[in-house]
Amino acid sequence: MKQDGELSRQQIHNAAAFLDKKVPMYASVIGVLGILVIWEILCRLQWIPPLYLPSPIDIIRSGWEITVSGEVFEDVYTSLVRIIVGYVCGAALGISVGLILGFFRWMDAIFTPVVYSIYPIPKIALLPLIILWLGIGELPKIVIIALGVFFPVIINTYAGVRNIDPILIKVAITFGSSRLSIMRKVMLPASLPTIMAGLKLAAGTSLILLVSAEMIASEKGLGAMILHYGHLMMTDRLLFGVFILSLLGLLFNRSLVWLERKLLPWK
Amino acid sequence: MVTQPMRVVVKDLEKKFIDSRKQEVTALRNINLTIEEEEFVVLVGPSGCGKSTLLNIVAGLLSPSSGEIYFEGLEGNKRPKMSVVFQEVALFPWRTVYENVVFGLEERGASKEEQREKGKYYIDMVGLAGFENAYPKQLSGGMRQRAGIARALAVEPDLLLMDEPFSALDAQTRTIMQEELLSIWNRRRLSTLYVTHNIDEAVFLGDRVIVMSRRPGEIKETIRIDLPKLGRKDEKYRHDFDRYSDQIWNLIRHEAQEALVEEV
Repeated sequence: MKQDGELSRQQIHNAAAFLDKKVPMYASVIGVLGILVIWEILCRLQWIPPLYLPSPIDIIRSGWEITVSGEVFEDVYTSLVRIIVGYVCGAALGISVGLILGFFRWMDAIFTPVVYSIYPIPKIALLPLIILWLGIGELPKIVIIALGVFFPVIINTYAGVRNIDPILIKVAITFGSSRLSIMRKVMLPASLPTIMAGLKLAAGTSLILLVSAEMIASEKGLGAMILHYGHLMMTDRLLFGVFILSLLGLLFNRSLVWLERKLLPWK
Repeated sequence: MVTQPMRVVVKDLEKKFIDSRKQEVTALRNINLTIEEEEFVVLVGPSGCGKSTLLNIVAGLLSPSSGEIYFEGLEGNKRPKMSVVFQEVALFPWRTVYENVVFGLEERGASKEEQREKGKYYIDMVGLAGFENAYPKQLSGGMRQRAGIARALAVEPDLLLMDEPFSALDAQTRTIMQEELLSIWNRRRLSTLYVTHNIDEAVFLGDRVIVMSRRPGEIKETIRIDLPKLGRKDEKYRHDFDRYSDQIWNLIRHEAQEALVEEV
């Protein structure tokens, strides 16, 4: 105790305040816009030769040219068909087989090891074989995408079914639900969140496979277009192709988020 | 033909299982009990006495090692209707309150109209009117358990099973829920088997309290609670209430202490 009658005080401040710190909305745009502006300036100053890296405005200009002339549409359309058909087939098959493996003990014991041993193979390595089997038409590209989508989806679906809280199944049993009804009304909705996670994972994979397959074995499509302009050293058009791909990826992701909101309002 | 009242009989039940050290454990032995029509039977015992195991066997979710369970006096040869209220509530998270409550009716092939009618009736009864379209995650613990109870009641079961339904709730909510359960039960007297480790709850709710011992789980004593069904917490019954509680506590105390040491 101090003698002069003055008590010492140690004030407590909220040391966790930084956790709740609010950042204004425009902050998220700063990074992207900043890089674009610096990029443009560096190009204007001729510090980077346009052949190596054209300026953003040049990319947009040449993008506009091939859009107006219609050259780009055929490639975009071809790629869209391939990825949508491949993705939908792979996803549908993955979900159905995943559910079956999760439901039936015998199927699980026999086929799950098969799935897990094929899963780690980089699917693009199978493209030459698939071309050998199916020729050089649209089918091999669609098959390779479907294959790439199938595995992450099946593994997630399977994991979802296996991780259902058994008490939910018990509830259904006490109410006298049939096996089919347990599958449809309990197991499927309960594993839907994990299935959605698999679908999102597969979206990225499918895009990679689309571009690789088109670069290796195609005359048309975004991958072939990018490669083609690379050979011609038209880097502005090349980068416009990359830009379309990133838009495609974004759109893909957004649609899956939208689908998830629709299907899982209870999450 | 004389119609005899319905009853549920558990006869010479035994349950053994193999534990993680590969040793055979007798979880339940020599269990004989009946649940009469409109009777509220409470199973109480220290943790590890196998009371939840017994409830699961009665519910048809576990098979006994020996012994049997049967219903007597059910009209015709219909399959007995049972429903369970679990401690974990176990509402389907993807279904709204209404969809959860009518689940059992749906599974029994009830018409849409019957579902609507009974769904509304039981949602009103448990005080969830206005929350029909809420998802379980939007509800508090007490409200979830109300929905769980409504779901169990909606099928109008021949036997209602409740496995520590309120033990995950906070003390205040639990007291309110116990009172609500009694008033609901009084409107629709279902044969009920209620499992708890809470002695106070057992005396408050039960017509009969079955006290179980542990290792192996056996019935130690059956105590009939001779108090009016409602208002047992009133001042005038305070003395009797405490006497029943003490009696049960003295039966369990020693084993509850044992259980405490073993659970470490």
